[in-house]
Amino acid sequence: MELGRRGFIRLSGATLAASSIGALGFAPAGEALAASVRPFKLSRTTETRNTCTYCSVACGILIYSLGDAAKNAKASIVHIEGDPDHPVNRGTLCPKGAALLDVVHSPTRVKYPMYRVPGGDSFKRVSWDFALDRMATLMKQDRDQNFIAKNAAGTTVNRWTSTGMLAASASSNETAFLTWKVARSFGMVVFDNQARV
Amino acid sequence: MTDLQSLDITRRSATTGTPPDIRHQPAVAKLIDVSRCIGCKACQSACMEWNDLRPEMETFEGSYDNPSDLNPAAWTVMRFTEWENEAGNLEWLIRKDGCMHCSDPGCLKACPSPGAIVQYANGIVDFISENCIGCGYCVKGCPFNIPRISQEDHRAYKCTLCSDRVSVGLEPACVKTCPTGAILFGAKEDMTAWAQERIVDLKERGFANAGLYDPPEVGGTHVMYVLHHADRPSLYAGLPDKPRIDPLVWLWKGMFKPIALAGLGFAAIAGFVHWVVAGPNEVQPEDEVHGREILDHKDEK
Repeated sequence: MELGRRGFIRLSGATLAASSIGALGFAPAGEALAASVRPFKLSRTTETRNTCTYCSVACGILIYSLGDAAKNAKASIVHIEGDPDHPVNRGTLCPKGAALLDVVHSPTRVKYPMYRVPGGDSFKRVSWDFALDRMATLMKQDRDQNFIAKNAAGTTVNRWTSTGMLAASASSNETAFLTWKVARSFGMVVFDNQARV
Repeated sequence: MTDLQSLDITRRSATTGTPPDIRHQPAVAKLIDVSRCIGCKACQSACMEWNDLRPEMETFEGSYDNPSDLNPAAWTVMRFTEWENEAGNLEWLIRKDGCMHCSDPGCLKACPSPGAIVQYANGIVDFISENCIGCGYCVKGCPFNIPRISQEDHRAYKCTLCSDRVSVGLEPACVKTCPTGAILFGAKEDMTAWAQERIVDLKERGFANAGLYDPPEVGGTHVMYVLHHADRPSLYAGLPDKPRIDPLVWLWKGMFKPIALAGLGFAAIAGFVHWVVAGPNEVQPEDEVHGREILDHKDEK
């Protein structure tokens, strides 16, 4: 195609005018309408029911993790929201519960027993065996020293007030019952767990 | 992915005309009952979690407002107002601020970029970021001062009413999480009816001016408030008593734009008519002669 100087200028002008009209917003709504809402991010994630880690209200939560739980797919939690079928919260969550995802992925979250030597300045990872043995030893020592069998009036009280226990919010009735029995059988009175609610 | 038809777009920024829609979609609405809100900010947490947003940490400025204002990564913010009423009692008014999803959206009207702002048939006003040019006209066009421009990607952001959740039949994240039931979601009709019941309750409890905030100035909104003092919305951290789209938006987009279109059309038609009637401007023999004379005289000098 032969395109002279004038022809080129004419063509450029026409193209510019046509595209300007479109850019000015006089374009009819046509194919350009193919805009979409953000794709729903939970479509094929795996849904797992659980209980909120925080307080003893024990709200039901739904945990959504990446992948369909196939053998080769490593699940990673991508979203957490309230469980609408849970009688306690019926889908609602408080601000802390609503932000649980960041607890799961927090770099400071404790995932295993850690131990700081008396006088030391840092925590080190230890085995569960070490942790449980050490706790048992210290509890025994403390209880042997501070157990109060009788009060000033001579009445039997069997109190152990120098050690306390905080236990799970996600406990079932049975777990709560057992926790209660164990703690009370020590004579432990400083004690809070799900069974209180 | 939703296709074109199932999206049911009723309005699109900087575009004349939208395809006809044969389907009937119920208008949805979020109802925020300010009288039941305890300011816990669960809605803020849930919003950030669902929309994958993590705003910058800020410093304490002497108010519970946190973050201190809406920002591209905080699409909803609780605004706390301490107001001493006529009886000398303190009232703590807590309003969840965010996009109101106007039926007549100022942002959409002001937007110059085709398809950057759309309104779905269910009433949700959504920003389509890939079409956004970051000009900030929506910020000026909004009667509620909601959109914020991100300094990272230079696009405008605001509450989407969780259009991705609503499109698959779920309620917005903030609605679901609200522990006191202060945020409700449903058909706009049902929300209005529920609000009326609540208003009767509030009036019985001594809030004579309780009412629904669904301002007709912007054609009604798809986020409505139940206010204990509906006669004075501005008490609630400056909620506009009479929201109105800046008249400049109307002047520029409503008046000058059709005139400009007419001007363009007129110029094109006039050009065509001139071409038909007078024809193109061609070089005549006398022009050649005249031209040669000029050249000759130039040589003489």
